[in-house]
Amino acid sequence: MNKRLYDLVIVGGGPAGLAAAHSAKLNGAKNILVIERDRELGGILQQCIHNGFGLHRFHQELTGPGYAQRYIKLVQEHPEVEVLLDTMVLEVKQNKTVLAVNPELGVFEVQAKAVIFTMGCRERTRGAIRIPGKRPAGVFTAGAAQRMVNMEGYIPGKKIVILGSGDIGLIMARRLTLEGADVQAVLEIMPYSNGLTRNIVQCLDDYEIPLHLAHTIVAIHGQDRVTGVTCARVDANMKPIAGTEFDIECDCVLLSVGLIPENELSEEVGVSLDTKTNGPVVDQRRQTSLTGFFAAGNVVHVHDLVDFVSEEGEIAGKYAALYAQGKLPENYRTINILAENAIRTVVPQKIVLDHASIDPVRLFMRVGKPEEKLLVEVVGAQGKVLATKRLPIAKPGEMIVLEIPIDKFADAGEFVVVTTRQAVKA
Amino acid sequence: MQNETKADVVIIGGGIVGTAIARELSKYQLDVILIEKQPDIAAGTTKANSAILHAGFDAHPDTLKAKLNVRGNAMYHELEKELHLDVKWTGSLVVAKTDEDMVTLKELLERGQQNKVPGLALLTKDEVLLKEPNLSKDVKGALWAPSAGIFLPFGAAVAFADNAISNGVRLFTECPAEKIVAEAGKVVGVQTPKGFIGCNYVINAAGVYADDISRLAGDDSFSITPRKGEYILFDRKVGNLVNTVVFPAPSKFSKGILVCPTVHGNIFIGPNAQEIANKEDISTSPTGMSEIIDRAQELLPNLPLREAITQFSGVRAAADCGDFVIRNSEFVAGLIHAAGIQSPGLTAAPAIAEVVAEILKLNGVELKPKPSFNSHNPKPIVFKELSLAEKQAAIEENPLYGRVICRCETITEGEIVAAIQQPCGAKTVDGVKRRTRAGMGRCQGGFCGPRVTAILARELNISVSQVRKESAESYLFYEKMPGDCEVTGHE
Ligand SMILES: Cc1cc2nc3c(=O)[nH]c(=O)nc-3n(C[C@H](O)[C@H](O)[C@H](O)COP(=O)(O)OP(=O)(O)OC[C@H]3O[C@@H](n4cnc5c(N)ncnc54)[C@H](O)[C@@H]3O)c2cc1C
Ligand SMILES: Cc1cc2nc3c(=O)[nH]c(=O)nc-3n(C[C@H](O)[C@H](O)[C@H](O)COP(=O)(O)OP(=O)(O)OC[C@H]3O[C@@H](n4cnc5c(N)ncnc54)[C@H](O)[C@@H]3O)c2cc1C
Repeated sequence: MNKRLYDLVIVGGGPAGLAAAHSAKLNGAKNILVIERDRELGGILQQCIHNGFGLHRFHQELTGPGYAQRYIKLVQEHPEVEVLLDTMVLEVKQNKTVLAVNPELGVFEVQAKAVIFTMGCRERTRGAIRIPGKRPAGVFTAGAAQRMVNMEGYIPGKKIVILGSGDIGLIMARRLTLEGADVQAVLEIMPYSNGLTRNIVQCLDDYEIPLHLAHTIVAIHGQDRVTGVTCARVDANMKPIAGTEFDIECDCVLLSVGLIPENELSEEVGVSLDTKTNGPVVDQRRQTSLTGFFAAGNVVHVHDLVDFVSEEGEIAGKYAALYAQGKLPENYRTINILAENAIRTVVPQKIVLDHASIDPVRLFMRVGKPEEKLLVEVVGAQGKVLATKRLPIAKPGEMIVLEIPIDKFADAGEFVVVTTRQAVKA
Repeated sequence: MQNETKADVVIIGGGIVGTAIARELSKYQLDVILIEKQPDIAAGTTKANSAILHAGFDAHPDTLKAKLNVRGNAMYHELEKELHLDVKWTGSLVVAKTDEDMVTLKELLERGQQNKVPGLALLTKDEVLLKEPNLSKDVKGALWAPSAGIFLPFGAAVAFADNAISNGVRLFTECPAEKIVAEAGKVVGVQTPKGFIGCNYVINAAGVYADDISRLAGDDSFSITPRKGEYILFDRKVGNLVNTVVFPAPSKFSKGILVCPTVHGNIFIGPNAQEIANKEDISTSPTGMSEIIDRAQELLPNLPLREAITQFSGVRAAADCGDFVIRNSEFVAGLIHAAGIQSPGLTAAPAIAEVVAEILKLNGVELKPKPSFNSHNPKPIVFKELSLAEKQAAIEENPLYGRVICRCETITEGEIVAAIQQPCGAKTVDGVKRRTRAGMGRCQGGFCGPRVTAILARELNISVSQVRKESAESYLFYEKMPGDCEVTGHE
């Protein structure tokens, strides 16, 4: 086992990892290794064959694979970037040794000066949300079904009920309709959808697929294969209301009930996680609580748009490259960012200042529930307002972005609070 | 299987009881066929239960349950080594919270001593909390049974079947017994959709269906009431909350809802007990879930509900006499029942197999030892448990051990292929899961499910749309239907 030395090892070759590799290279990293467990680069995008990717980044409507391909090309043009496919990272150690395995090399270790975690996320399953009933074949997560339909060429069912109105569920409602399946309904336990408005319109309304808000599945039926579900309306505590049950016949249930950042590796090495995002606590450079370990993309917090994932990957790539070259200036101050009122999560969770900080800070925030006429305020020491943003509408599914010049933080105190008020005029 | 096959003995049912019997009989010069109606063995009660190797203080002395429990528990020490079973001898606690419970513990202690359970002891509150610091602080004491253990029941059944097949037993899956054919009051064979199997002896190990099988032969001497028990399984992250099997003090009806570790470091809670009409009813219910949560919280107040990864239920095969029914049929010669095998059936299974062999002998069957009998299974490769050097060697030997398919449990393609190719090989996605753990982790097959499906299709040489989850008709995917394609703007 020979242990090669890299400036940078990137775990995961999705859009976050690819953007990180590209930007690390532009920022002077000499040798970069991207490790991807799948057969190809591109991450989850490879199975997202619908369009609508890249509107911010490329001002063009690309498919997922199309978007991914642009970054794959950028990365492949650089001899500095080495890629290992079909390779799984098993463990990352505090001394930045990365242990991985593949059929060709077996188990091997590489040594990194800096590590970037870009492992993406996984889907929440039936077990996690405790849907009662039988356990026949035909219950899938929407993402697994998406992979089968778009990459392997099989469909998961012919008469389908989708639980959860997240974007993946909505996209699959349309995809399967186009594949000839009957999507009976989409059920959503919350009184509002978590999906992007454009997806509700383009994936459900256009195909007359009903969306039942404040509804859930209370039982799955079928011995071998799903034969139907019993649904019910839920009350304000999300408990099914007796007497509101109705049955829908179907042979397939797709679950689109949330994504969980995949932080097994980061957690094991000792990176601190944020209990609300389920991702690492990071600063504006995407450095985690462990020096020299960075993170970007869905592993940090679940993104709705891949454009922001690429942006985050670029940030992490740049600062990891600087770190690896010993060029990342020492921090002299850390400011914690706290979320309050309607704001549920904010990334980054910390701002660090050094003698040379110049890049503006972009805060990515999510609200806990839909809000109207919201005024977002970033408040520093002595109640000094550093930035504000007015939002006519804010939805949990849509990220709020707020850019703040770094010098605003100069006299901010130990923490700043991101809070909200009902706007007087919006 | 041809239209007509012959054997000395046909065993009906590939649960832990049927497979243990098959393995026991494979020691002798007998022609044995094991038939199972599902595509894979261990898909009945044996896959969904508490997986405890009980110590044996529960059952009343003089019952078969008591005798075979203690004997079976002891036998697993040898079997563990011969067949590479996953066993952990954790010991068990029956926890008392009231003075009444303390009286119950004393009764259990005496009963256990009569049953010859080794090492039983009453522990004080402090001793209990030292062993299990996360238990409710209002415990009063507990009965400690050091000989109890936990294991993988489906793993054991597969290991029994593997060993039996290696020693000459034939296994026919998707082969339900439809009729037990008798002539002049004596068994002559079993009718199946795959043909007639001529034989002199039929062993009824059909689990919850054992009474129906018995009736097929005109024997209505016992009936079985299915009694369901539901469970919730938690992520390995919280696996260290308990270290031993923790029972509440039992009521008259059940051993109660327990909190229990698994051999792979998860914990689970359950089971409740509910009589059901349909033997196939393995559904979980909201009332059942809240019942087991409420009861388990009495033992373990900080139950990590957020970390639940799956729920399931199993069905007990309770015979009306309350004890195991292991005997000759009084109606048809040659039919031997191994029925009513409810808890502690897993623990007792190898001892039940010995009793069945003994009954055959008493019936005049000559049990001549088979000189070629090999009591050992080869040690399977469990990639995750290998040292780095062993991992490297395994991959050099077979590169498929270098491809991780189940990321939650680090299961490689090599292990999955081995599980399909072993003597009692997996035929379904759940069968792969039972043999390798692929899909048992926190993502519950969300990532590896489609990949396992593809590997099964390749290894079994069938189409992806022919691959099944578990039962005969549980197909997972369909061929694509013709339809419009929506791709626009692809580069
Ligand atoms: C099913 C699904 C559908 C989506 N659909 C859309 C959509 O339509 N539009 C949109 O804008 N966004 C969509 N998203 C959001 C999407 O996650 C982001 O746009 C983006 O793909 C996230 O990029 P990432 O690089 O952070 O993660 P991913 O794309 O998930 O990439 C992570 C990569 O890391 C690899 N990896 C993980 N662990 C290891 C390891 N231990 N060793 C080696 N490699 C590892 C994975 O194989 C994967 O390739 C979807 C997300 C999911 C889960
Ligand atoms: C909730 C619960 C908890 C339990 N906990 C424990 C415990 O902790 N410890 C313990 O020792 N025991 C426990 N038990 C008991 C134990 O699980 C059972 O005793 C044991 O699994 C029974 O095995 P079996 O082989 O008899 O039945 P099964 O595993 O049900 O096997 C019977 C097989 O017969 C097949 N079959 C049925 N009809 C036909 C036919 N016509 N033709 C061919 N094949 C057929 C079925 O498909 C099935 O595979 C528990 C049981 C339950 C339900």
